Amino acid sequence: MPYQQRLVTLAGYAVLLITALIFVFLVQQSWPFVREHGSLVFFTGDRWLPVSLPPVFQIGGFLVSSGIITGVAIIIGVPFGVLAAISLAELLPPGVSVIFRSIFEVTAGIPSVVFGFLGLKIVAPAVAGLFNLPTGLTGFSAGLVLSIMILPTLVSLSEEALRAVPREYAEASYALGANRWQTIWRVIVPSARGGIGAAVFLAMGRAIGETMTVLMIAGGRLAMPTSIFDPMRPITALIASEVNNAARNSIQYHALFTAGLILFMITFAVNAIAASVIVGKKAR
Amino acid sequence: MKKAIILALALLIATVAVGCRPQKTTLDVTGSDTMVNLGAALAEEFMKTNRNIEIAVSGGGSGAGVAALIDGRTNIAQSSRDLRAEERTKAAARGALHEIVVGWDGLAVAVNPANPVNELTLVQLAQIYRGEIRNWKDLGGNDAPIVILSRDTTSGTFVFFREFVVQERGTKRDAEYHPDTMMMPSTEALFQEISNNVNAIGYIGLGYLRPAVKAIGIKADAASAPVWPTVDTVLNKSYPLARPLFFFVTGELKGALKTYIDFVLSDKGQQVVRSLEFVPIR
Repeated sequence: MPYQQRLVTLAGYAVLLITALIFVFLVQQSWPFVREHGSLVFFTGDRWLPVSLPPVFQIGGFLVSSGIITGVAIIIGVPFGVLAAISLAELLPPGVSVIFRSIFEVTAGIPSVVFGFLGLKIVAPAVAGLFNLPTGLTGFSAGLVLSIMILPTLVSLSEEALRAVPREYAEASYALGANRWQTIWRVIVPSARGGIGAAVFLAMGRAIGETMTVLMIAGGRLAMPTSIFDPMRPITALIASEVNNAARNSIQYHALFTAGLILFMITFAVNAIAASVIVGKKAR
Repeated sequence: MKKAIILALALLIATVAVGCRPQKTTLDVTGSDTMVNLGAALAEEFMKTNRNIEIAVSGGGSGAGVAALIDGRTNIAQSSRDLRAEERTKAAARGALHEIVVGWDGLAVAVNPANPVNELTLVQLAQIYRGEIRNWKDLGGNDAPIVILSRDTTSGTFVFFREFVVQERGTKRDAEYHPDTMMMPSTEALFQEISNNVNAIGYIGLGYLRPAVKAIGIKADAASAPVWPTVDTVLNKSYPLARPLFFFVTGELKGALKTYIDFVLSDKGQQVVRSLEFVPIR
């Protein structure tokens, strides 16, 4: 094997090794908490009193918050993203398509703190006014902003999936007398289903992991949310806001690592589903 | 091509080496978000006359500063609260622990200027934060739910306010912030929400008061007159919500560390404290 080839193979293994090491590190740092305080109520309760005596650590409220915010982002973002991808891939003239695509790519490069700031200044007051809420810093506001942030992932991956549909399918459809819209909606989109599904799951992984924006606009209420219009704190925001505070090897420090481990496993599972959708499609 | 890379690399190394020559002592100062502007202003003034000492100031919260001190990641922890017993033991394990009061801070309770409520007793404030009073109309305000804002658990302000107000100076040990309380990641975020939201109430350092929010007059009890947070009312101790600002240091006070602390406590340093609307120690 030429050395270049070996080097490239090695790089592949290194990435795998680094991911595995992160997992091992998380487990190792979580263990002191799990051993002493691990119980079901850690997942179901919603009291989080890290500096009280005795401290209480329960992440149920944060898990539900993460679920709500991600759900809102996906429900609002996916229809927009997929329809935009269809228009980019099939409907718009190629010249216009290129311009739109580069605009979406620029969106991907906007730092999340900027989205957070826009959310704080524009989205939150608008949501409060529109729904007549006591505060605009809610899970819904955070999900709304996230739905824009996941668009680049959704659009570019869905568009790729649509473009990967063999031209023969469309030609066969036209030959049978279908018009352009029927061809797109009944032939091309269903054929790209797997790829679009993978895009949705990858976007979901991105939404679950987003930190800065949700820290700024989700509202930071620690209790279990009862509505999508409640202020809430997702698990990423919890970790970001407290990890600096915790003295190394204190129980709060290990509790935060346990929360991080749970988050890692959730995003890993979501991305694994996305990957299996892609692999499954290839195998077919 | 290869020659060019080697040349560039050599140049880079030479630059770094030259840059390193004048030996500078660096002091790390980290901790309280309330004190981060104060720390930066003190460091800037100090470095004007002490060019061989460099001071890096960062925030993150008092808890973060104390954690850094315990881990040996900082020279000075700025804290707007006293140490907890556990922290005290851990810090003392690194050498003699010095607790230096560098100034005082008044905690202002703030609402939106459009909120008709102007004054509250300490007990009413505690009841709001424990969720026992949920509507502004019970306090003579609008018929609207109270949106309770707090700083994050990272913040020294959070701990001070919990003990002093929520737990009524430690007499109600089991009392906690109501679960509906919204934790704001920074003073700026809290300020932002109060200026946007007529129903919000929150607490911020005196130095952060701006016209976009309205300070509430605090009454020690129902019978006493309300006192508004100003430098004067903190200094004459008539304003009840005031707290000392600390530098925590471990080990022997010597060299650059001692020079800096002496400066902070000097008249010149205390002028800086005053200029940032904190209250000097004398």
